[in-house]
Amino acid sequence: MQAMSELVRLAQSEIDSAADLNALDAVRVSYLGKKGALTVRLKELSQLPADERPAAGQEINRAKQEIQQCIGAKREALESEALARKLVDDAVDVTLPGRGYGLGGRHPVSRAMSRIEKIFCNAGFGVRYGPEIEDDFHNFTALNIPENHPARAEHDTFYFPGGMLLRTHTSPVQIRSMVEEGAPIRIIVPGRVYRCDSDQTHTPMFHQVEGLVVDRNISFANLKAVLHQFVESFFERDAELRFRPSYFPFTEPSAEVDVLWGKGKWLEILGCGMVHPNVLSNAGVDPEEFTGYAFGMGVERLAMLRYGVNDLRTFFDNDLRFLRQFH
Amino acid sequence: MKFAENWLREWVDPKLDAAELGHQLTMAGHEVNSVESEGKKLIGVVIAEVIAVNPHPNADRLTVCQVTTGEGEPVEVVCGAPNVVAGMKSPLAAPGVRLPDGTKLSRSKIRGVESNGMLCSAIELGLGDEADGIIALPDDAPIGLDLSEYLELPDNIFDLDLTPNRGDCFCVLGIARDVAAITGATVTMPELPQVSATIEDSHPVEVEDPSACPRFAGRIIRNIDPDARSPIWMTERLRRSGLRAIHPVVDVTNYVMLELGQPLHAYDLALLKGAIRPRLARKGETVMLLDEREVDLAEDTLLITDDSGPIGLAGIMGGLSTAVSEATKDVFFEAAFWPPSVVAGRARSYGLHTDASLRFERGVDPAGQARAVERATELLIGISGGDAGPLMDLIDDEHLPAARPISLRKSRLKKVLGAEIKDDRVVEILTDLGLDVQQNADGWAAVPPSFRFDLLIEDDLIEEVARIYGYDLIPETTATAELPLGPVIETEIDLEQVMATLIARDYQEIITYSFIGAETNNRFTGKDSELVLSNPISSEMSVMRGSLWPGMVAVAAANVARQQERVRFFEIGKSFHGSLGKPVEVVRVAGLAVGSAVPEQWGRRAQGVDFFDIKSDLEALLAMVGTETRIDYEAASHPALQSGQVANIVRDGQTIGVLGKLHPAIAQTMDLNKDVFLFELDAALAFASNVPKSFAVSKFPAIRRDIAVVVDDKVAAADLVRVAASSAPDLIQSVTIFDVYQGPGIEVGRKSVALGLILQETSRTLTDEDADAAMDAAVRNLEREFAAELRD
Repeated sequence: MQAMSELVRLAQSEIDSAADLNALDAVRVSYLGKKGALTVRLKELSQLPADERPAAGQEINRAKQEIQQCIGAKREALESEALARKLVDDAVDVTLPGRGYGLGGRHPVSRAMSRIEKIFCNAGFGVRYGPEIEDDFHNFTALNIPENHPARAEHDTFYFPGGMLLRTHTSPVQIRSMVEEGAPIRIIVPGRVYRCDSDQTHTPMFHQVEGLVVDRNISFANLKAVLHQFVESFFERDAELRFRPSYFPFTEPSAEVDVLWGKGKWLEILGCGMVHPNVLSNAGVDPEEFTGYAFGMGVERLAMLRYGVNDLRTFFDNDLRFLRQFH
Repeated sequence: MKFAENWLREWVDPKLDAAELGHQLTMAGHEVNSVESEGKKLIGVVIAEVIAVNPHPNADRLTVCQVTTGEGEPVEVVCGAPNVVAGMKSPLAAPGVRLPDGTKLSRSKIRGVESNGMLCSAIELGLGDEADGIIALPDDAPIGLDLSEYLELPDNIFDLDLTPNRGDCFCVLGIARDVAAITGATVTMPELPQVSATIEDSHPVEVEDPSACPRFAGRIIRNIDPDARSPIWMTERLRRSGLRAIHPVVDVTNYVMLELGQPLHAYDLALLKGAIRPRLARKGETVMLLDEREVDLAEDTLLITDDSGPIGLAGIMGGLSTAVSEATKDVFFEAAFWPPSVVAGRARSYGLHTDASLRFERGVDPAGQARAVERATELLIGISGGDAGPLMDLIDDEHLPAARPISLRKSRLKKVLGAEIKDDRVVEILTDLGLDVQQNADGWAAVPPSFRFDLLIEDDLIEEVARIYGYDLIPETTATAELPLGPVIETEIDLEQVMATLIARDYQEIITYSFIGAETNNRFTGKDSELVLSNPISSEMSVMRGSLWPGMVAVAAANVARQQERVRFFEIGKSFHGSLGKPVEVVRVAGLAVGSAVPEQWGRRAQGVDFFDIKSDLEALLAMVGTETRIDYEAASHPALQSGQVANIVRDGQTIGVLGKLHPAIAQTMDLNKDVFLFELDAALAFASNVPKSFAVSKFPAIRRDIAVVVDDKVAAADLVRVAASSAPDLIQSVTIFDVYQGPGIEVGRKSVALGLILQETSRTLTDEDADAAMDAAVRNLEREFAAELRD
C-alpha cells in the first residue's frame, strides 16, 4: 500500500501549509469529507477481494486517524495563533487615564479634628457636642467667670441682643455634660468657637477640642501624662513639652502647654488645668469626692503645625488648589 | 505690663541674667511677651551743649550749630531738628561713632557745610520711637558725660502678659516679690518715707458709703514750683514703662503707681469746690473727663464729687474741671482703695481702659494707700518743692478685705497635684509668697497677704505651691480607670461615613463661616434671620446662617474666578433657626456642583453637571440608611432654587432635605454665572439608620418583562413606578425605568417611558400565566391612572 502512505504524506504537507482555519478545513474536506480521498478509498473497499479487505480497511483507518490527528494539532496551533493575534489587537494604552469621577477630599481642619478624636476615642473618651449659640451662664458664669470678671474682656465675645452669645470656647459643654451625666466622665468636645477678632493670626471662627476627665483620683500628673502622650501621638514623634503656669478661671492650677519646635523654639499649643472646684460644684459634682482635668486645644493651630500651613486664614479661603493638597 | 530691668534690680537682684530672669518669670506664670534691649550699642555718644544756632546758608530747614562737650574747641554740627535752640543740652554722636542701627558717622558735608557729628533724636539712639526732634536733656545734664552712663544704660525692657488674677503684679514691687519667691533672692524694701507736715492744711473728704470706699488717703501740698521739671531718671523710667512724661505732678503719680501698684489722683486744690465726696452716680449726671470726653453716667458708677458735682470716675479717670495744669500751685493727692466689686466692668462700659481701672478691677493692696501718698509727697517735694500738709488716712476696717486663714490639707495637695512635695518646701513657698503659715493636724492654715486678691480657697494655695515648686518637677503619671464597654448604637448617624461617601463621589470638603450677610441669608432662605449679632466683624458676617449654601456658593464663585472650572463641595455644619429666645441649631450636610459632570477626560463626552448627577450622589448617600426606609423625591419650590428643578427629599413622609438648581438670578448676585446644583440635608433626620432585618432570598428564577407606555409628560416617573409595582406587590420585585423618550413618533406633550419589571415568587417557580396576569394588571392600572397607552 505504497499509495496510502504517500496519501498521508501529501495530506500532512497540505495541513502544514494551511494558513488558517478555513484552509485547514478545506484540507480536511478534501481527505475526510464525503467526497474526500480517504472516504472514496473506504467506499472502494467493497471492490477488493474479501480476504484483502480487513488489512486494507485497517490501513485506511490508520491513515484517517493520522490525518485527523494532524488536522487537530494544526487546528490547535492555528487557534492559539489566532487568539494570540486577537489579544495583541485588544491591547490598550495603559497609560491613558481612567474614566469617570475624580476623588474629593477632607478639609485639613476637619482632617486634624478627626485625628484628634481618634486618638482620644482609642483611649476610651466619649465625644460630646453642644450648642454654638450659648447663654452667658454656660459660657462664663458656670465656668467661674462671673459678670465683670477681667477674663471676660479677653474673650472678644460675639453677642446677640438680650445676652445670648456665640460660645467663645468649647468649655460650656463641660458644664452641660457633667450636669447631664455626672462623674466619673471622660469626654472630648470638638466644635466651632467664635471670637470677635480678625487679623493675620485670628479668624472670627475657629475650632477647638475640649477634653474633660473627672474621676476619684485625677491629678495634675495625669494631665501632664495625657497631653504629652497626645502630642506625641498627634505628631507621631517624640516631643518635648513645657507646662507653663497660667490662669483660666475654670481651672486651677492652670497651665499653657508649649511644644519644642525646631531649634529651641517653644510654641504654645494648648491650655489646660485641673477643673476648678467651683466649676465642679456648679455642675453638681462634689469637688471633695472628685477631681478632674480639662484641656482645650486649637485645631487650626495643630493642623498648621502638622501640615506645614503658614497662614491661618487659608483654611477659610477654601481655595481648591490649597484644599487638594490634603487629598 | 512693661518695666525696666534696672528698676526691678533696685528692688530684687537675683543672680540671673536677663534671659534667665525672663525664663523664670515665664515659668512662674508671668509670660514674657518681649524683652527689648536699649543702649547696648550706644557707645561714644556724649552729652553736649548747643552754644549757638545759625541758619544754614543753603537750606531753609537746616541749622548750623556750635556745639561743645566741654573739651577742646566747640565744633560745627549741621542739624535738621526743629526744636534745636541755643543753650539746650542734647546727645552728640561724633564722627566715628556707630549708632545702634549700625550707621557709622563720618565727617561729611551737608549742603556744603561740614558737620562734625550729629545731634540725635531718641529714635536714632534706639531709645523709644520719638522722632520729632533731638533729645532735649535737662539743663543740669553734665556736658561731656557719656549718655549711657547718664541714662543708666544699657537696660532691658520687659513686657509681661500678666494674667487677670495677678493684679498685684502690675508694679515693680509686685514683680519683685514674685521674683524673690521664685529665685530665693530677697526684696530690698526701700525705706518707707514719712514726710512730716510743714503746714496744717487739709481738705475735707466725706465718705458716704464706706463699703465702696473703705480707705481713702490724701494730702495737700502747697506752693509747688510750676516751672519744675521731672528729673531724667524718672522720665526715663516712665518712658521705659511705656508712659510719657507730662508734668511733675502727673509723672509722680504715674511713677508711684508703677512702683507700688497704687493708682493716685492729683487734684488742683484751687479748683476743688468743697469736700470730696465719693458716691454712686445719679440719674442723668454727666462728667467731663481728663481726656475731654463727656460721659453720661450710669447709676452703678462710683463717682468722685465735690460741691460742683461729679469731678471724676472713681478708679477709672479724673475729671477735667479739677485737673492739674502748668498753672497749678497747690495739689491734693488722693490714693483710695476702691474694692474690685465696685469698679469691675465699669470702665469697659464707658469704652475706657486706663492704668488705674486695670489695677483697681484686679485689686490693689488695701494696705498701700498711705504709703503711696507718702512716696508721692516725697517725690514731688524733691522735684517741685512745696509744703506738705498732714497725711490723711480714712480707714473703715469693717469694709476692708479681711485676712482669713485658708486651710491646706496635705492629702488634698497630693491628690490634686499627683506629686509628693516635702512639707518644708510647702511652708517655704507659702512663706516666701508672703503668707502667714501655721501647721495644723491635716496640714496648714495660711493667711494670705493683703495684696493677694486671688487667694481665697484651698486650691488657690495648691496652685501657688505648684507654680513656685515648678510644673516641670511634677511627674507624668498615666491615669488608671475602669474601662467598661459601653453601648455602640448601630443606628446612630456616622458622619465620617457620610464624608467618605461624598469624597468617593468627588466632593471636596470646605469649612465656611457660620455668619453671613443678612440680605444673602434672606435671599437663600426666603426670610430674615432673627439671630443677628450685636457686634459683627462686618455686615457680611452679621447673621447666623439659615443655610450652608450662601457660604458655599460664595466659595464656589471665588474658585471659579480662580479658573477652577469644575467645583464640587460639601460642608457639614450647623444652620441656625428660630428666635433668640429659642434658637435651633441643625447639623446639615450640604453639597454643591458646578461645571462638567465628570472631570475633563478622553473617555467621556464633556457634559455639564445636571439635576440627575446630583440626585445620583444623594441616592448613593442615602442608600446607607438601609432598605427599611423609603426615600421619595417630590417636586417642590424653594426661594433659592429654579422652579421646575427643585425636589424635596422625603424620608418615610418626612422632608429631610432639598436639592435643585440655584436660581440663575441668585447665582448672578453671587457673581457666579454658571449652572449651580445644590443639596442640603438635615443630618439627624437623613442619616439615622435602621438595623438591617434579613429575609431568605428566593431560590426560584425571576422573569423580566418590559413594557413602554406613552403618557402625558407631566406624569411623574415615580408615580408610574409606584402604580406598576403595586399592581401585583407579591410578585413584582422591582421596576426599573430604562428609557424615557420624546420625539418623532410620540405626540407633542407626551412621552414614552419604558419600564422593566422583575417578577418572582418566593415559594415556587413563576409561570408565564402568573407573569401575564401581573403585567395585565400593571398595564390596566397605568391606563386607568394616567391614561397611559401601551406602546408596541
